[in-house]
Amino acid sequence: MTSTPLLRVTDLHTHFQTGGGLFAKRSWLKAVNGISFEIRQGEVLSLVGESGCGKSTVGRTLTQLEPSTSGQALFNGADILKMNPAEFRPLRRDIQMIFQDPFASLNPRLSIEQTLTEPLFIHGLAASRAQAREQIAETLERVGMDPRVMQRHPHEFSGGQRQRIGIARVMILKPKLVIADEAVSALDVSIQAQVLNLIKKLQRDSGISMLFISHDLGVVRHISDRVAVMYRGQIVETGDKRQIFETPQHDYTKMLLSSIPRISERVA
Amino acid sequence: MALLEVSNLEIAVATGGQLLPVVRGVSFEVKANETFGIVGESGCGKSLTSLAIMGLLEGSQVRITGGSIHFDGRELTALSAEDRRAIMGAQMAMIFQEPMTSLNPVYRIGDQIVETLRQHRDMSRRQARDRAVELLDLVRIPEPGRRIDSFPHQMSGGQRQRVMIAMAMACDPKLLIADEPTTALDVTVQKEVLDLMADLQSRMGTAIVLISHDLGVIAETCDKVAVMYRGKIAESAATGELFSNMCHPYTRGLLNSIPVVDRDVEWLEAIPGRVPTIDEVLSGCAFHPRCAMAEARCESEDPDKRDVATGHTIRCHFAEVGSA
Repeated sequence: MTSTPLLRVTDLHTHFQTGGGLFAKRSWLKAVNGISFEIRQGEVLSLVGESGCGKSTVGRTLTQLEPSTSGQALFNGADILKMNPAEFRPLRRDIQMIFQDPFASLNPRLSIEQTLTEPLFIHGLAASRAQAREQIAETLERVGMDPRVMQRHPHEFSGGQRQRIGIARVMILKPKLVIADEAVSALDVSIQAQVLNLIKKLQRDSGISMLFISHDLGVVRHISDRVAVMYRGQIVETGDKRQIFETPQHDYTKMLLSSIPRISERVA
Repeated sequence: MALLEVSNLEIAVATGGQLLPVVRGVSFEVKANETFGIVGESGCGKSLTSLAIMGLLEGSQVRITGGSIHFDGRELTALSAEDRRAIMGAQMAMIFQEPMTSLNPVYRIGDQIVETLRQHRDMSRRQARDRAVELLDLVRIPEPGRRIDSFPHQMSGGQRQRVMIAMAMACDPKLLIADEPTTALDVTVQKEVLDLMADLQSRMGTAIVLISHDLGVIAETCDKVAVMYRGKIAESAATGELFSNMCHPYTRGLLNSIPVVDRDVEWLEAIPGRVPTIDEVLSGCAFHPRCAMAEARCESEDPDKRDVATGHTIRCHFAEVGSA
């Protein structure tokens, strides 16, 4: 690991205007209210918290899907929050997102090949269709799918397969940072385990850095190197995985951990 | 005599002129004051089983094609629609995953509880309203006298689920069916709702059928468990017995698939393949394409139910207690 982090977020605020009209008083929802963290090269940092804590807004702010209110986010030394869309465009390849519902992020009218070819051309990673096809076949194999499926359309796949395709769409661009927002939450338990193993293996093999956003503490323990616990727009505790799960310091972290129904208590 | 006895229940979906079986040969019983859990992945038939007990399959594409549901001395599958309605909401009640879709958004929650009470009990409007306040207090809604006039959208997800529980418990039902009651809730709220259900059960002696995809929730709340796969009960036992002597390869696979919070596991032992869809025709044991123990026999012969220990049954040709 290098000493300078790939991403350093300092005092990030993302506020939404909620009330307000011609005469009504304006009010603000401070979804992200002053958070700081860093992600090193090849590291997986999880943001964990309950609904409404602001964890998804962090991911959306870092990909410029939401404008930040204030703060700094240095990616390889450049502040991505200050960039205009033209300056940010090349970074759209380096920073990729995996969403909860892969079906919503795949165009139903395009074949898998068409879906995966488009970004390769946009980012100048393939010179010809044949070259693109080669890269697609290779990537589909890496996510555990038969390359022949590239002729098919999203509706022909199960939820787990769609998420594999969603992961292929991200990995084919060889990004530096992947932001995964509840990437395995919609999957059945037996399929979730397959996809989690896949994400972990791809991350290890490629050395990609990852911001893993999740409400599921078991999943977070499985995938992360470090964990940041969010509550009401703020990070209440950050630490190595072991530290957070075995010696939590903050009362909120302790309460979260003690709320999880456990199987071990019923094993005689 | 158990309060609820389901035997050899068969449910099928009518589609394109044919009947696809979705629940096959499901049998279990639930006594008063007992919580029975049904766990499984999407499409395993756990929700359809609960809807069949509640009598909510009427008029849909799904119908009961065999077996019996015996409740408190009566055969439910033979009752007229009118007789069923007298039981629904009064002697058995149900709560669902998403309370917002079960509550009417344009009526105050108090009015909705009052309606349930007046439907089944001979009560004046005043008496029913007083009882509704008591019920809200029972499910720990703060300031029940004031919150009774709230609309569903003015409450949090956890509070809405408490209102659903209050409504379900309004007529002191003997049986409560809870279908993924905490799946949409945050873990801290989930704990409060599960604690509340356990507390109400101990006070009122209600029998509960809890449907969940979450083995953790099942382990903490249930006395007995049935694990369903592709319409059948793969394994069933008392909760302690099931989790200590897990036998069926699917149950073990399900448990090993769950990332736990108490220790580090490098790689999860995932079950290969995918959950079958209802229109797939599978010969032999439905789990054999995903099973590490599968042999030629599993492809051709569907295993019968057999006992591996007292009260512990499985459908598998090979698994035994301690063979893991």
